[in-house]
Amino acid sequence: MLQVMGSPQVYDVCVVGSGAGGGMAAKILTEGGLSVAMLEAGPPLHPEKDFKMLMWPYELPHRGAGVGGQAVKDFGEFLAPNGAWTIAGEPYTSAPGANFQWFRSRIVGGRTNHWGRIALRFSPVDFQSFTRDGLGADWPIGYEDIAPYYDRVESYIGVFGTKENVSSAPDGVFLPPPKPRCTELLVKKACDRLNIICIPSRMAILTRALNGRPPCHYCGQCGRGCTTASNFSSSQVLIPPAMQTGKLTLITGAMAREVLVGKDGKAEGVSYIDKTTRTEKRIRARVVVLAASACESARLLLNSKSAAFPDGLANSSGTVGRYLMDSVGSDGWGMFPQLEKMPPHNHDGTGGMHMYIPWWKFDRTNDFPRGYHIEMGGGREMPGVGMFNHLCHHEEGYGLSLKSRARQAYGTGIGFAGRGEMIPNPDTYCEIDPDLVDQWGIPVLRFHFKWSEYELRQARDMQETFRAIVEMAGGEYMTKTDIDGPYPYGILEGGKIIHEVGTARMGADPKTSVLNGYCQAHDVKNVFVTDGAPLATNPDKNPTLTIMALAWRASEYLLDEAKKGNL
Amino acid sequence: MATQGVTRRDILKTLAMGAAGGSVLQIIPAEAAAYVHQVVHKEKAASAAGKYAPRYFSARQYEMLTSLCDSIIPKDDHSGGAVEAGAPEFIDLLTSENEAYQLRLGGGLQWLDSFCIDRYGQTYLECAPEQRREVLDRLAYRKNARQDPTLSQGVAFFAFLRRLTCDGFYTSKIGIADLHYIGNTALGEFPGCPPMPEA
Repeated sequence: MLQVMGSPQVYDVCVVGSGAGGGMAAKILTEGGLSVAMLEAGPPLHPEKDFKMLMWPYELPHRGAGVGGQAVKDFGEFLAPNGAWTIAGEPYTSAPGANFQWFRSRIVGGRTNHWGRIALRFSPVDFQSFTRDGLGADWPIGYEDIAPYYDRVESYIGVFGTKENVSSAPDGVFLPPPKPRCTELLVKKACDRLNIICIPSRMAILTRALNGRPPCHYCGQCGRGCTTASNFSSSQVLIPPAMQTGKLTLITGAMAREVLVGKDGKAEGVSYIDKTTRTEKRIRARVVVLAASACESARLLLNSKSAAFPDGLANSSGTVGRYLMDSVGSDGWGMFPQLEKMPPHNHDGTGGMHMYIPWWKFDRTNDFPRGYHIEMGGGREMPGVGMFNHLCHHEEGYGLSLKSRARQAYGTGIGFAGRGEMIPNPDTYCEIDPDLVDQWGIPVLRFHFKWSEYELRQARDMQETFRAIVEMAGGEYMTKTDIDGPYPYGILEGGKIIHEVGTARMGADPKTSVLNGYCQAHDVKNVFVTDGAPLATNPDKNPTLTIMALAWRASEYLLDEAKKGNL
Repeated sequence: MATQGVTRRDILKTLAMGAAGGSVLQIIPAEAAAYVHQVVHKEKAASAAGKYAPRYFSARQYEMLTSLCDSIIPKDDHSGGAVEAGAPEFIDLLTSENEAYQLRLGGGLQWLDSFCIDRYGQTYLECAPEQRREVLDRLAYRKNARQDPTLSQGVAFFAFLRRLTCDGFYTSKIGIADLHYIGNTALGEFPGCPPMPEA
């Protein structure tokens, strides 16, 4: 008889996933004295070798386009995600008309290796959404519960920003911001005239040395991964201190399959496929923390069926996989001929924006609920593949005229990205596909996704705002969007913003939620979820900072409960 | 450069896995990529008269591709052109790995020859410089295809090649210098925006 390989050791906790939520849980739990086994589906990471920081495009044979030009649609081959919208042998499906795009990273640190480093706090009203407008749900916790953890996360990982006293964008513990770029000054001036709030951005990038990490060297390439760890990633900032405790066992190439449940209805470990040997193995643990990413954790719960839990673990409410939300996204850009006169200068700065537009219309009635913020980019960035696609398409031609136009137009574009709050709807969720397994034999997810009128109106408002800013700044708005079709007003496909959350939401009522306010399963006391899945709503603030604050809070609660013998 | 422990076989395997789409080995270690780059350079230097041996295109098609790249971004007083910048090698490499590119570009070059034979009784490369200019002036603008629908496939082919030629040129040392990009370096402080010249 084939024996399943299992370590005789029983760990205190098994954490599935090594990204923002898993890394934070591992750090707090090991520092609290617990032994932790961490399962990561991807390979280990060697920043000094794997990150392409400070490389020129011509140093790679594919110049950043990737093999066969395929990396262009996945952000280019310089980025550090080690994964993308598709992963060979690990499919997912979409119900007819859904077209959900699921971005996964298989690597130690997960998506924190390449993420945008935008670190925004949710605001007090974000936790009382249902009370506010009758849509979605209230959180079981309030801003006052999470605020101390925002303070701690910011103090530990390092976030730059400024105190602004804008109610939709609470201030935090900030390092000084970098100086604005020319493009950002231009936008700021136009915003001032339009009464749109435009302030320094809040990014998890060090402008001063912090906790042994050197400050940013302003190469503008955070997405490639930072060899000096001057920006935040779980792989470089959370996993190393957890390792130093001697309490963390990191197992890579381990694709979690199922949470194992004992006769007493409690979790007793996790079974996983060892990708190298293609064999099934088991980790035994007293507590299981899922942080595999919102949808991956939902998949694990749904695939963990037993006599006691026939619909999947922690799913007596039937809400695992439900309330799936991404951010509303619509992009636009303008050309600014006045920038042609700028002398050549270093425009790199930190990765991403130095200034941004928080939600500013919170003091009036709008024709859609909630709000959005606006990110910006562009200017004299490092040239790369695709940079002149628009010029080629728009102006056409060839020869000396094309070459001199490219020289003239370089650096004169500014891009805008609206990122808004989606309201959960009954047509948007994920479930187990009844027909398909991945190459590891694990049933895959099937997605259902629909934008509602709320989101479409928000996207329209984004487009109108981008145009107003560009024209006020003396530029030409270049983006054309359709009113009809599946993606009106340039609204992007669900999943494209990579803020998918909500699939195991927290709530006060066990009948309509999966977790309590400490990210602990209502049904199974020794199961926690600390990725994006617990988020009861998805405000227009990028979720990573909140995931880490919730994970820190959940881990402290877990330590406390373990001490009391309650798990 | 340290290449100990990294064999060419490992690297090619990594690249091939990457081609399968988002494999777990998609991260190409910087060191390995630089090594491949060096190998390509060595191969180029070792072959007859330092001539690049195309991976996908036939010798004649590659000559056509090179001529077109040169027309799309020629050298001028500021800088060298797309050929000097390695755009044909870059395009050949991507095309060798992508069937859609093979159809677009391989088929497109064939179309261009047929078009020239119909019009001038000779292939594109046999055409006189002013005949080639006449052809490219027609293929370089969508409005010409609206007037003469028989041009539409040629216009689409040229647009595709123009985009790839720009990619090849503006990712090269020559192209990046041509734009006066300043950066990709480590700074102690970010200097911010220099004063804007008066309008």
